[in-house]
Amino acid sequence: MPVKLEAQRIRLEYHQPRTGARFLALDGVDLAIMDGEFVSIVGPSGCGKTTFLNVVDGLLPASSGRILLDGKVVTEPGRDRAMVFQDASLLPWRTVLGNVLYGLECQRTRAHSARERAQYFIEMVGLRGFEHHYPHELSGGMQQRVNLARALVMDPQILLMDEPFAALDAQTREVMQEELLEIWRAAKKTVLFITHQINEAIYLSDRVIVFTARPGRVKQSVAIDIERPRKLALKRDPRFLQIEDFVWNLIEDEVKKTMLADRTSRGSAAAGPADSGV
Amino acid sequence: MTRIRGFYLAGERAILGAITVGFVLCFWEGLTRGWWARLLEPALGSGAAAWRISPIFLSSPTAVALTAIRVFATGDIWSDLGVSGLEFLLGFVLAIAVGIPLGLAAGWYRRFCFAIEPFLSALNATPRVALLPLIIIWVGIGIWSKVLVVFLGAVIPICINSLAGVRTTDAKLLRVARSFKAAEGRLFRTIILPSAVPFILTGLRLGVGRAMVGVVVGELYAATAGVGFMITVAGASFQTDKVFVGVAIIALAGVLMIEALSRLERRFETWRPKVGAAT
Repeated sequence: MPVKLEAQRIRLEYHQPRTGARFLALDGVDLAIMDGEFVSIVGPSGCGKTTFLNVVDGLLPASSGRILLDGKVVTEPGRDRAMVFQDASLLPWRTVLGNVLYGLECQRTRAHSARERAQYFIEMVGLRGFEHHYPHELSGGMQQRVNLARALVMDPQILLMDEPFAALDAQTREVMQEELLEIWRAAKKTVLFITHQINEAIYLSDRVIVFTARPGRVKQSVAIDIERPRKLALKRDPRFLQIEDFVWNLIEDEVKKTMLADRTSRGSAAAGPADSGV
Repeated sequence: MTRIRGFYLAGERAILGAITVGFVLCFWEGLTRGWWARLLEPALGSGAAAWRISPIFLSSPTAVALTAIRVFATGDIWSDLGVSGLEFLLGFVLAIAVGIPLGLAAGWYRRFCFAIEPFLSALNATPRVALLPLIIIWVGIGIWSKVLVVFLGAVIPICINSLAGVRTTDAKLLRVARSFKAAEGRLFRTIILPSAVPFILTGLRLGVGRAMVGVVVGELYAATAGVGFMITVAGASFQTDKVFVGVAIIALAGVLMIEALSRLERRFETWRPKVGAAT
């Protein structure tokens, strides 16, 4: 399998203009994702997961290092990558169809073929019949489906998913996870998925990347050798629990480090921007 | 019983409101007709006379209503209404045409905002009617002085709210547009402008109040026609009921316009960025 996405020593430093303080968010992230692979990044909150995703999407320029997609350097957002955003981030003044079409409009795709494609993906995420509903008329889970369709319709080389299910209730989240795997199988996309939920990452992924506490770096890459298709019951399987335990131990150290760092730096001006970045 | 109760609960707001308005009107009518003086006479003796007030001071709801019918029937009022309406309309349309683009531009271009901010703040802090003497020197006592006062009154809230609308655009939606590589013009059209709509409507609603003040005070101060002018003339000649007719017309027009804009605002409520939703 060829490498789809490669991050080479991504470093990202913020300057805080008010205090003049420098703040290191990412400290040399090295990562390679294969074509068609589903990779998740987990880490303690504030570790720079979302910041890293923004760099991959081209929304934030890295201070040093580079992102390669199919061997080409990424410098700005492009249609070969599509982001599935946290909290759905749908335009409230557009219908489901209008939201799914939004990306295509931004790229000036011809209206007729765009509509057909949008319809195709709306059906893929199970929202047939809701094309003309507005976001506020939909449940949180349905909004996330629109969010996903809006990214899929761009036919990207890689899907970047930024904690898409974090705001959902537990049951909806589980159902959405299972559906995401089915859609992933049908759409055959490479996925980079950010989450802070360890079992979500393991359940979905071929590989789970554990980030260190701030500044973010790859601590360890854990291959999930569990056959697909996976059912939700897998989460109670002993093999699954064993991996979960292993990953949790990796993260636990990092979480403790973060808490310790917060305690020592409390009150100083060193606090940096929040995890959500841009 | 339960049916009456259900009927009451369904229209509680309207029913309670109507009852208190009814009571106040009844009390007022009674003051000029001497109902309360007669009622209290056994208890207070000659002191009860204080509860009878001459119609020339207070008029009464029925007198006001009769006068209203008369002025509308004879057509005296129509020309004044037309003049005030025209002043309001011209001033308000001008305020929209200037205030919205100015506010949007100031919200979008930081430096432009810095440049016009002193004028906005100064004008916002000055009661616009204080400029009337100047305005009259410049454009005379015809309708244009009122148009200008209305404009100056309404343009500030419209501008400031449009500006706030641009500034409070949800950062998450901007990120969506940037991620899709939307060009600046498209980003403005598809994200910034719609999310400013509820704020612009708020600005219009606040602007209506200021504009009404502008029309009336402008006409009270110096005019040759208009509802405010009618009020001044009627007041100077002790036609108390006619003064009340003028006041009621102004109040009614203001309430209707503000209510219409509030409804419009509520329809666009879902477009407003959720406060505290940002993480």
